[in-house]
Amino acid sequence: MLNQISKGLGRAVRAAAVAGILVGGIASAYAQEVIGAGATFPAPIYTKWGEQFKAAGGPALNYQGVGSGAGVTQIINRTVDFGASDTPVASERLASNNLLQFPAVIGAVVVVVNIPGVDGNSLKLTGPIIADIYQGRIRMWNANEIKALNPGITLPAVAVAPAYRADSSGTTNIFTSYLAAVSLPFQTNVGAANSVPWKTGVGAPGNAGVAAAVQNTKGGIGYVEYAYATENKMQTPQLENRAKKFVKPTIAGFNSAAAQANWAGAANFAASMINMGGDTTWPIVSSTYVLVPKNPSDPERAANVLKFFDWAFKSGGPAADQLHYIALPKAVQDQVRKKWSAVTANGKAVWPAS
Amino acid sequence: MTTAAGKSLIGTRKPHLADSSFRVSLYVAGAVVVVVLASILLIMFMGGRQAFETFGLGFVWSTEWNPVTSVYGALPAITGTLITAFTAILIAWPIGFGIAFFLTEICPLSLRAPLGIAIELLAAIPSIVYGMWGFFVLAPFMADNVQPWLTELFAWLPPVGDSFFWFSAPPLGVGLMTASLVLAVMILPFIAATSRDVMLSTPQLLKDGAYAMGATRWETLTGVVIPAVRGSLFGAVFLGLGRALGETMAIVFVIGNATRMPDSLFAPSASIASVVANNFPEAEPGSIQLAVLLGLGFILFVVSFGVLALARLLLRQERMA
Repeated sequence: MLNQISKGLGRAVRAAAVAGILVGGIASAYAQEVIGAGATFPAPIYTKWGEQFKAAGGPALNYQGVGSGAGVTQIINRTVDFGASDTPVASERLASNNLLQFPAVIGAVVVVVNIPGVDGNSLKLTGPIIADIYQGRIRMWNANEIKALNPGITLPAVAVAPAYRADSSGTTNIFTSYLAAVSLPFQTNVGAANSVPWKTGVGAPGNAGVAAAVQNTKGGIGYVEYAYATENKMQTPQLENRAKKFVKPTIAGFNSAAAQANWAGAANFAASMINMGGDTTWPIVSSTYVLVPKNPSDPERAANVLKFFDWAFKSGGPAADQLHYIALPKAVQDQVRKKWSAVTANGKAVWPAS
Repeated sequence: MTTAAGKSLIGTRKPHLADSSFRVSLYVAGAVVVVVLASILLIMFMGGRQAFETFGLGFVWSTEWNPVTSVYGALPAITGTLITAFTAILIAWPIGFGIAFFLTEICPLSLRAPLGIAIELLAAIPSIVYGMWGFFVLAPFMADNVQPWLTELFAWLPPVGDSFFWFSAPPLGVGLMTASLVLAVMILPFIAATSRDVMLSTPQLLKDGAYAMGATRWETLTGVVIPAVRGSLFGAVFLGLGRALGETMAIVFVIGNATRMPDSLFAPSASIASVVANNFPEAEPGSIQLAVLLGLGFILFVVSFGVLALARLLLRQERMA
């Protein structure tokens, strides 16, 4: 009996010790934690990088995919260490809030279709045709405009059922920026933004919602991030790029867009990668942005944010590939690192920290 | 002696104190409702004031919803809200009454409890589950089977000008009709359970009297049960209507989220609640969009209030007649 009690006591002491270590561990991890919030589009890759960065000895990353708008608000209010936005923030707003903006990773948007009896991957479409579809001007898959581009494909007399993002989204911004760039009517009637006045079609929540809406509807067409289309094995038509070549969505095509972009000439790295030149270039590519304060109140935390992205640029490539994102071109990474000297505390740049 | 007097004093004061504090706490409980209601209404209105000031009455009557040019009219969302809620009531009302009458009069006693529990379980399903069921199961079924059939059946209905074509539309699956059906299933348990309780409260003597007179079950239902509990039955329906007007998560999945005026009963549309849910996360503080969303909340409040007030008014007239 005594023996049992002492055993029990021993267990309790050990449990208390473990709990103490845990609490201590959490407390010290919290002190070093990097807190970010914003766009949902890069959330998977930031989270993955965060795990790998921690495994490599860095502080833990706590990233909340609350949406680009909320991310910008939170960094302006300085409630997080960095904000993330799918669309670049206007220069005046960056200046008035003392923020530095840089691109973190590149993503592509692809068109997905579900046409009975047609291999969507071999279907060819152009930007103006897609713009007409989303304005209700082309209503059937066997419309003359589509037939003319696809002489080898028998297109059925099925109604086109366009799907779009119901929620306000950076993906919509990228997609509508492309359509507005290639179609004047789309630019005047619809425009480009996170949420636009669509003329036809149905809205579904999130990338997953649009993917499901297309797969559920005969004649469906939609747009999703490349990763979603790949993971769900969806049919992605070829698009005509600026060089008048039909291209399939491939990592090479996205990289080509990133290489074509005029990074050096763009203020705050807000370089457009929409409808770039080059024979292999995929036309709907965009980078997602990170916002950090230029005057951080806590230099150590600010340094940790920059260390994290420095690590991600250097070693995050394989994870990006795996999750179907595109790492920034090497030259752009170096330009970004140079700009980090603008983040100062007590008159000293926080990066590279000693 | 003092102790004795003290004791007796305490003895008389105690229940008195308990009684008055009970009274006060009941007043507080009653006041909480009014204060919460008034503060929600006030906060919604204050938050949405910028929208009302910018767009004037056009905010309620304009059909244009354009986040790109920052022009916002709420009419498409108001229309979608009213059409789905009333269509849902039209579907759920007769079925709910049927279930209630079946449970109280016709159902074998041994089946009553399990069926009653099944209905209550239907009410316990979270709305997001209804949304996913509607999106993945009901929507494709509607597109492939129900809609083509209804389109053909009602092909004779003349369109309203060239802006509303009743049942004729491309089969997209999601839209007003699917949303109404999902809502109908969601409010059905409320209507059924409340109507059952109400029907159970019909004095047995009245029903026995009717049966003794040789009345059929149909005659008993329409001639005795319904007149006896009419007011409460309306109450059951308006409870369902209230829920249908404000339902959000399920609607986001199945209504099609189109802030345009619907051109048929199958057209994708939007409800006030779904528009707010879709746009709120990205609306920036201080922006006109946020004001518009809060203003929409205010409108939804007023619409729900108006519908319920109208219902009460109808009910009162009915009683007087």
